[in-house]
Amino acid sequence: MSERDRAPAAPRWRDPRAEPPAVRRALIVAAVAFLALFLLLPLLVVFVRALEKGTAAYLAAIAEPYARAAALLTLRTAALVVPANLLFGLAAAWAVTRFEFRGKNLLVTLVDAPFTVSPVVAGLLFVLLFGAQGLFGPWLLARGVKILFSWPAIALVTAFVTMPLVARQLIPLMQAQGSDEEQAALTLGASPWRMFFRVALPKVRWGLLYGVLLCNARAMGEFGAVSVVSGHIRGSTNTLPLHVEILYDEYQFQAAFAVATLLALLGLLTLAAQALLDWRLRRRGGA
Amino acid sequence: MRGARRGPLPGFGLALGFTLSYLGALVLLPFAALLLRALQLTPARFWELVSTPRTLAAFRLSFGAALTAAAVNLLCGLLVAWVLERYRFPGRRLLDALVDLPFALPTAVAGIALTALWDERGWLGALVAPLGIRVANTPLGVLVALVFIGLPFVVRTVQPVLRGLEPALEEAAASLGASRRQAFARVLLPELRPAALTGFVLAIARGLGEYGSVIFIAGNLPERTEIAPLLIMIRLEEYDLAGATAIAATFLAASLLLLFAVNLLSWRQRRRVGAA
Repeated sequence: MSERDRAPAAPRWRDPRAEPPAVRRALIVAAVAFLALFLLLPLLVVFVRALEKGTAAYLAAIAEPYARAAALLTLRTAALVVPANLLFGLAAAWAVTRFEFRGKNLLVTLVDAPFTVSPVVAGLLFVLLFGAQGLFGPWLLARGVKILFSWPAIALVTAFVTMPLVARQLIPLMQAQGSDEEQAALTLGASPWRMFFRVALPKVRWGLLYGVLLCNARAMGEFGAVSVVSGHIRGSTNTLPLHVEILYDEYQFQAAFAVATLLALLGLLTLAAQALLDWRLRRRGGA
Repeated sequence: MRGARRGPLPGFGLALGFTLSYLGALVLLPFAALLLRALQLTPARFWELVSTPRTLAAFRLSFGAALTAAAVNLLCGLLVAWVLERYRFPGRRLLDALVDLPFALPTAVAGIALTALWDERGWLGALVAPLGIRVANTPLGVLVALVFIGLPFVVRTVQPVLRGLEPALEEAAASLGASRRQAFARVLLPELRPAALTGFVLAIARGLGEYGSVIFIAGNLPERTEIAPLLIMIRLEEYDLAGATAIAATFLAASLLLLFAVNLLSWRQRRRVGAA
């Protein structure tokens, strides 16, 4: 076998798009090494450190009341923010892809704006609005409404940071699909809402789900922006990522990594669902 | 297309109205608050707040590390995209799915994981310590975190282009006598360049603002390993709202300027490729 590989006549008939086996092997090794170093090892170390004191310690760290309160706040925040951004994504994509109007490019740029802002700056923006020296802070505080350092601020800043995720997924998809089916449904006498729920929405359901997954993962994992506005009150304004930081800063490393595994599992679940959706989309060829 | 102008589809008013109110409340209003607050500072005071050695050092580190990390990701991203698209080997699909991990893994988790790996007693830190290389608590640590966070961008922008290339392109190059290396440099690379540059710009943007994954591994020594977003956070914790606002506004403006410049460069590149 190896004799024939080395035979001088072989290169003439080789696939012109293939590299010599040695080069190919070297490239694979280099790429896998890079990915192992930067993706696999960081993921692995979280689970190893979380379990270094055994499963009992692991379970205790997760079941601890402050950890449970943090998990609950994280779930509540996502339950509030993801539907809001889902509605926004649908409305923005419908307006941008189905109608022509002036300032459309500006609108699309604005939808992307939160991506170009550091999470810390995003948090600062809401301190400038609702802080004691902020634009609305004094007026609201005088009426007993507290937004900063409580859950409304956490929800607002999370909504800001994750705002583009659903819209970004829907806009190119709806642009590519066009609106023939919607037009047909209306011509056949469907009411606007019926057309929307029976035709327009099912057409984009997988893309929508993809966006919702991304939005949810980011909403539950957001750290910098929430850190600015939360106030870090244990059991009340502490989200899971913030709880990881507190434990880590208190040198409770095993507990910090144990809580971190919950967030890592959320990330892995999101990736698995994404891979499944990708596979589905590719098999169906688009929609 | 022309017929679609306010065409027979319903819901324009509702969709646009909701979109604009949402954007106005959640994006425009907060930015207006930043602008207002920044304008309340006199230029002299603004300059005084921004030009301290500590702030300048943080800016230098943030921009330097974001650019370097994006450059590392440009090279490694091209390699990874190539290997994942062109070769078949065990574990390929798993690695392909894992490329998005930095998007899906909360940044605080990434931060403590990278620190656990690279501090002096960590799996990798202990390995490089005898060579005199320290990663945690040095600018190198900031770089490692930003390489992690920016890893998916170039891979994910280049992959679809690589998948869509016509085999005829490389076959023609080979039949005209180009070596594999020449074909890559003269035929493939120009095709991949626009997508790779887009990924590069996205990686810079993400790296500039990154906070969670950096602060654990960086050690946060003022003027040495303190990134600009962390300095904003410190000013906020000191109730120095004016300082935080001035640094944030400058950082935001500088980031937008840099991204605009890089975009302009890559747009010129693309035009040159198109004209050739």
